[in-house]
Amino acid sequence: MAWTRDQMAERAAQELQDGFYVNLGIGIPTLVANYIPTGMSVQLQSENGMLGMGPFPYEGEEDADLINAGKQTITELPTTSYFSGADSFGMIRGGHIDLSILGAMQVARNGDLANWMVPGKMVKGMGGAMDLVAGVKKVVVVMEHEAKGEAKLLEQCTLPLTGQRVTDLVITDLGVFAIERRGDPKMTLIEIAPGVTVDEIKAKTLAAFDIAVQ
Amino acid sequence: MRKVHSKVSAALDGLLFDGMTIMAGGFGLCGIPEALIYAIRDSGVKDLTVISNNAGVDGIGLGVLLETRQIRKMVSSYVGENKLFAQQYLSGELELEFNPQGTLAERIRAGGAGVPAFYTKTGVGTIIADGKDVREFDGESYVMERGLFADLSIVHAFKGDTEGNLVYRKTARNFNPIMATAARITVAEVEHLVDAGNIDPDQVHTPGIFVKRIVHVPNPTKHIEQRTTRPRIIAASEVN
Repeated sequence: MAWTRDQMAERAAQELQDGFYVNLGIGIPTLVANYIPTGMSVQLQSENGMLGMGPFPYEGEEDADLINAGKQTITELPTTSYFSGADSFGMIRGGHIDLSILGAMQVARNGDLANWMVPGKMVKGMGGAMDLVAGVKKVVVVMEHEAKGEAKLLEQCTLPLTGQRVTDLVITDLGVFAIERRGDPKMTLIEIAPGVTVDEIKAKTLAAFDIAVQ
Repeated sequence: MRKVHSKVSAALDGLLFDGMTIMAGGFGLCGIPEALIYAIRDSGVKDLTVISNNAGVDGIGLGVLLETRQIRKMVSSYVGENKLFAQQYLSGELELEFNPQGTLAERIRAGGAGVPAFYTKTGVGTIIADGKDVREFDGESYVMERGLFADLSIVHAFKGDTEGNLVYRKTARNFNPIMATAARITVAEVEHLVDAGNIDPDQVHTPGIFVKRIVHVPNPTKHIEQRTTRPRIIAASEVN
């Protein structure tokens, strides 16, 4: 059985450490917030200008002045601070955020990542994605292994890049891959979802990879 | 009291001209200077270059200036919420310059601080760096980006005083304080207008030097794009 979206988020949460400042992207990455271990102090950064993001508000308590980067209503915590867009991206580009968990359309064996544009179709814009992958200490991609039967883990990305050699770890519904960002390109399968075979993963991955399943 | 204008249209009087560049604060529909945007619509000024993180949504915020076709070019990081935008862009009516959000913020901050250009890692090896100077510092590659400076910035603040000192509220701060610094003239609309001396100087977010005109817009309608809530869990102790 391949992992569900929630199981992928739960696996991504294993990358959290006590005291981390973390930015979560839209989609499956948002679900990671549900799996922060009890007792672990993790502050979530929202790039529109907030650190210490709280849960969604109770109905009737929504505040139009308090939203996250996905434009969803949220709440504040005792640890919360607010700041400008320049300060927010100073944190991100200055290397002060420990971990970025985000989605992707394609990831290459060398860590190249594409997630913002499909040429010929309407482009919505990169928002903060290029800044996050360029500046955050560790970048974890959480994505389906394939999109409509097409491989997303490739030898080289075919879509315009969000960043070059920026991915440290890829979690898909089939397994987990570690990627070297420096030196020769190297991608290693380190975990396999229960009931999934290496052959199935090989068949659905258009990139060479080593196998070192723990 | 010379900075305070009693009407929104008066706050923009003499500032607008065809072909000008305007910065508009806000993130999504949060903290947008909506009254000033509508006054710009009513003025009929056209061929605008608008620098704003987003382009409003259909019928709200900057979306209304797209409807009236007053915008010629947008400089933004994300415009996915606006169908009319897609239409005008694909038909070639509207020019678009995408900036990574942090690059956009830093370009504005730099422009306001008199910094003409800077280097950043963001966008290296992507189409964003095409045609731009790329230099190596300490073994890493960086791309040069230019500072941004507009003819006019319009911002929304929670509170302002007669000197132009501004205080923003929660995530409605976003691009407003940096844009306030990065234009020849900044006009602020404020939900609460107080006399000088009624804002604690230690709590001022934007010093009044950056704000040339201010207008009181009490009780503005605020829009929520994604209303998300969680269910109330009734504690056992509350059920007898």
